[in-house]
Amino acid sequence: MTQNVLLEAKNLVKEFPVSRGRGKQTVHAVSDVNLTIYEGETLALVGESGCGKSTLGRLLIRLLPATSGEVFFQGAKITAMKEMEFAPYRRQMQIIFQDPYASLNPRMKVLDIIAEPLVTYGLAANKKELENQVMELMDLVGIPREFRNRYPHQFSGGQRQRIGIARAIALQPKLIVCDEPVSALDVSIQSQVLNLLKDLQEQRKLTYLFISHDLSVVKFIASRVCVMFLGTICEIGGTDELYEKPLHPYTRFLLDAIPQADPRLRSQEKEILTGEIPSPVNPPSGCRFRTRCPYARDICSQQAPPCKTVGNRQVFCHFPLG
Amino acid sequence: MEEEMKNEEELALQIRNLKSCFFTSKGVVPAVDDVSIDVPPGKIIGLVGESGCGKSMTAMSVMGLLRHPGKVVGGSILLNGRDITHLSAKERSKVRGNEISMIFQEPMTSLNPVYPVGRQVQEAILLHQKVSKEEAKKQVIEIFRQVGIPEPEKRYRSYPHQLSGGLRQRVMIGMAMVCRPKVMIADEPTTALDVTIEAQILRLMKKLRDDFGTSIILITHNMGVVAEVCDYVYVMYAGKVMEEAETFALFENTSHPYTRGLLRSIPRLDQREERLYTIKGVVPNLLHLPQGCSFCTRCPYAKEECFLKRPELYEAGREHKVRCFLFRERSAEGESGNSAESAAAGSVLSENERSLEGGMA
Repeated sequence: MTQNVLLEAKNLVKEFPVSRGRGKQTVHAVSDVNLTIYEGETLALVGESGCGKSTLGRLLIRLLPATSGEVFFQGAKITAMKEMEFAPYRRQMQIIFQDPYASLNPRMKVLDIIAEPLVTYGLAANKKELENQVMELMDLVGIPREFRNRYPHQFSGGQRQRIGIARAIALQPKLIVCDEPVSALDVSIQSQVLNLLKDLQEQRKLTYLFISHDLSVVKFIASRVCVMFLGTICEIGGTDELYEKPLHPYTRFLLDAIPQADPRLRSQEKEILTGEIPSPVNPPSGCRFRTRCPYARDICSQQAPPCKTVGNRQVFCHFPLG
Repeated sequence: MEEEMKNEEELALQIRNLKSCFFTSKGVVPAVDDVSIDVPPGKIIGLVGESGCGKSMTAMSVMGLLRHPGKVVGGSILLNGRDITHLSAKERSKVRGNEISMIFQEPMTSLNPVYPVGRQVQEAILLHQKVSKEEAKKQVIEIFRQVGIPEPEKRYRSYPHQLSGGLRQRVMIGMAMVCRPKVMIADEPTTALDVTIEAQILRLMKKLRDDFGTSIILITHNMGVVAEVCDYVYVMYAGKVMEEAETFALFENTSHPYTRGLLRSIPRLDQREERLYTIKGVVPNLLHLPQGCSFCTRCPYAKEECFLKRPELYEAGREHKVRCFLFRERSAEGESGNSAESAAAGSVLSENERSLEGGMA
C-alpha cells in the first residue's frame, strides 16, 4: 500500500438544526472527526444506523457542506472553494449509492445515464465517440451492450448497481465513496458486485471509502477500517488486526454480535450489548459510548476520550482493551 | 423414516404440498410450489432464501393473508391437527393472532401510528379473550415485561414513533405472543435492525421458545441468523424447497448446489478471501421457469436430465432431504451406505466447483 495521502479531514463537524415542538435543537451527526484516506486503499466506515457514517462520507466529497472543519484533497482545501473552483475536484470523487432503485432516473435510458457525466465534462468529441465510451464502460461492469437503450426498471437490482458503478467510474475518478453499495442486494448478487468492485479497483487504481454496516462484507473488501459510534470515531486500524484484536469495547461487541453462518459458533455464552443507541440530539457527555459500555467509569462521563496510538492503530477510549 | 414417524397430532403446524399461485395478466405465477413443512412444538424452524423465492408467500398462505390475485390452490395446512386450509374468513380471523400469529420486517408499518402501542396490544387480547379491559391491560404490561421492554407501564402509553426500531419490534413480538399462540411466524424480524439490536431480538426469540414452548417459523435471507437460532432449516428457491435439514447437518454437510453456492458467496469473518464465490446468473422469472430443475440454468453440475425432468426431494442422510438428482441414487439404496456415499458426493461437488471457479464472473 502506498502511503500517499489522498484526502484528509480535520476537525470535521456536521450539525443539522431540527425544530421539535418548542424551540430548536441540533442533531450532532458528525462531531470533530479527523480522518486520512491513503491513495489506493479501501477504507471502510462501519457503524450502526445513525452513527453518521453516510453523513461523513458525503462531507468528505462535499456533497454536504460541513458546519466546521476542513477537508483537503491532494493538499487542496476543498471545503473553502467556490463551486467553479471545485468542479475539477468533483471529477476526482464520485459516489455509488445504496438503493439502485432510487439513484437512477427512471425516464433516462441506460446509455444516457452513463453518458451524463461525460457530457457534463465535455469528454467526448461527438456522439459516436460518446457512445463508444459508454459501451466500453458497460463492458467493464458486465452489462451487455445491446441493453443500452433500456430503461432502469428493465434491470434487476444487481444490474442497476452495475450501472451506478459505470456512471461513477466514467470520469476516471481517484476516489469513490461506496455508500452501502451491496446492502440492498441478495447474497448471490452481492458477491458478484463485490468482486466487480475489487477488480475495478485493481484495474483503475481506485481508492474506495466503503460505507457499510455489514462487518463480513467489510472484512472482505477493506484494507483499513474506521468504526464509528454516534458521530465520533471509536477506532481506526488495519482490517486483519482490528478484527483479530479489537481495542475499543464497542468494536468487540459489534464483532461478537454478528451471527455467523456456522451453528458451532452460536453465541449462547457471549455477552451482548444491552440498551439502545442514544439520541444524537442529546449525546452523552464525555465518551458517547459510555451509556452502553460495561467498562465505563467516572472519567468517561467527564472527558471525551483522547486519541491513543497503538502501533499503526488509533483508539478513542479511556480504557482500551488490552 | 424418522420424518414420517412423527405423529400428526404431535406437530404444532403441518404444511402439506402447499401450492399458491398469483393469477396475473401475464400468466399464472407459482409463488409457492408443493411446499411441505413440519413444525414440531417448541422448535425454531428456519425458512431461508433470496428475495422472490416464496418464503414470505408461504407464510402469508398459512396465515390466510394472501391478497388478490394470489390464491392458495392446493395442499393443506394443519394447525394442532386441525385443517385450517378451507376455513371461512371469519373463522380464520379467530385463529389468527390467537393460535398462530405473525410479525413482520418493518414494525413501523405494522403498528398504527395514531394509537398508543399498549392499546394496540390490548385490542388483540380483547378480540380473542373474554376479559375486562383492566385485566387485558395487566396482561399487556406483563407481556411487555416478558419481551424486555423497560418501564412497561410508561411504554404502554407511548406512540410507535416514540420508540426505537428495536423496541417497536419487541412490541410486535409482545402483540404476537400475548394470546400464547402455538406458532409464531417471524418474517425477517431483524433485517431492519442493527446487529447489536438483532442479537438482542434473536436471544429474545430463543427465550420465548424455551419459556412458552412456542414454535417459531423464522423467515430470513441471512444464513448467519439461521445458524444462530434455528433447529431445523428449509432452503427455498423459486417457490420450492431445495434442501431441508437439521441445522448442524445443513451447515456441516451442505448438499444442494444452490445451498452450497449461497453459503460460499457470503464473505466470512474468520478467513481472508481474495475473491468471493459467485452463483452465475440471476433468479429465474417464475413465469418462465425452466422445464426441469428450477436451478438448472445456474447450476455448475447440471446434466441433460436436469433440464428435462423435475427432481423430487431425496433423502441425503438423517433428517436431511435434497431436491437434486445427484442424491437420487443414494436415496434409493437406503440408509446403509449413506455417509460414505454423501462424502464421496461432497468431494465430487467441491472438485467440480474448483474447476469452475476460474470461469466465474
